[in-house]
Amino acid sequence: MHWTDEGVILSARPHGESSVIVELLTRDHGRHLGLVRGGRSRTQRPVLQPGNLVRAEWRARLDEHLGNFALEGLTLRAARLMEARASVFGLSWLSSLTRLLPERDPHPAVFETLGLVLDHLEDNEIAPALLIRFELAMLSELGFGLDLSSCAATGTSADLVWVSPKSGRAVSAMAGAPYADRLLKLPDFLVGSGGNAAPDDKDIDAGFQLTGFFLSRDVYEPRGIPVPDVRAAYIAAAAMV
Amino acid sequence: MPRAVAGPEIERLIQLLARLPGLGPRSARRAALHLIRKKDALLGPLADAFAKANESVRICSTCGNVDTSDPCTICSDQTRDASLLVVVEDVADLWALERAGAVNARYHVLGGTLSPLDGRGPEDLNLEGLVERASNPAVHEVILALNATVDGQTTAHYVTDVLASAGVKVTRLAHGVPVGGELDYLDEGTLSAAIRQRTPF
Repeated sequence: MHWTDEGVILSARPHGESSVIVELLTRDHGRHLGLVRGGRSRTQRPVLQPGNLVRAEWRARLDEHLGNFALEGLTLRAARLMEARASVFGLSWLSSLTRLLPERDPHPAVFETLGLVLDHLEDNEIAPALLIRFELAMLSELGFGLDLSSCAATGTSADLVWVSPKSGRAVSAMAGAPYADRLLKLPDFLVGSGGNAAPDDKDIDAGFQLTGFFLSRDVYEPRGIPVPDVRAAYIAAAAMV
Repeated sequence: MPRAVAGPEIERLIQLLARLPGLGPRSARRAALHLIRKKDALLGPLADAFAKANESVRICSTCGNVDTSDPCTICSDQTRDASLLVVVEDVADLWALERAGAVNARYHVLGGTLSPLDGRGPEDLNLEGLVERASNPAVHEVILALNATVDGQTTAHYVTDVLASAGVKVTRLAHGVPVGGELDYLDEGTLSAAIRQRTPF
């Protein structure tokens, strides 16, 4: 068994005294683990940091084996992202969230989106909005996608300002008015093709509340694990910048 | 399955030695044989040392270091600069800094780093004691000597936030070119960090 692909490093944990088990999100082979012999060497350690883009060559005798990775760094983002509070919290959160994808199941759209978000994680003008979109994409890939294209009650695609916590569908201002206290706010920038390009702090806050609600209820609670603290740490750090 | 070549006591010794870092079954067998050959000079004293260490070793309630006394030797040392507090991830890091003799300060061992991937959160780290110690007016600076990894730096930023209420100066180790490092062989991330954190010369 042998393939070559590009991948973003999600985690690297020591195995024995000199090797590392690396977890990648690859373009065509999904979330994939493999052993990197000598991964704890001085030359390999900087490459094997979460967020870095690598070219991966995977070899194993049988497909179900863990297999060995030979990795070559392509874009080493980790050192840059470690510098700022918001970007390092964001990187930890993205790695943690992406690990929820099933193993060896290709998700090329998530791979592309993850790369885009990581490339702009230092830019605090757009990073929070990108992260919210990534969370929405992850909800969708995990089978809990929100339908924000039209009103669940009236079918209209105009004036969508709420999301129903029950169905995960958008609700228009008029149809949702009687239930406003039970609905989640839908920020403008998530409606249709993007709405306002520069969401303000309130929009970002509403976006994170929206995705946070569904991530917690549909993804983390059924797994019996809490939403990692680093998500809240990122939101707080991004708000401070 | 290979037949045992020695009695159960020796086989047990070999099995336990093989669990030590750097030793595999073959090297553990060699070490055990060496210990047995030097029974009086090595095996006996080593067994005594193990027993005594097992009885007396404890975690320092002040800093989290391991020692045979509480507070530990470092916390009890009055010659150390009480205004400097060095935060490390693990006792091995504390020992590394002490080996280097780079700083005559007191330490605080966190006992790990934040790692959402491993489900390790702030409640798993020794943070309460750190805030209490950093709030002491005698402490002027907290040095975050944490690994230059994503987990290490996530922890460093989190600790900085936690210490904001203590009103103490927080610094961290520089990132850049290691001693003996040749630029040609350094990764792009290290080089970028070194350029960004350049100092007047």
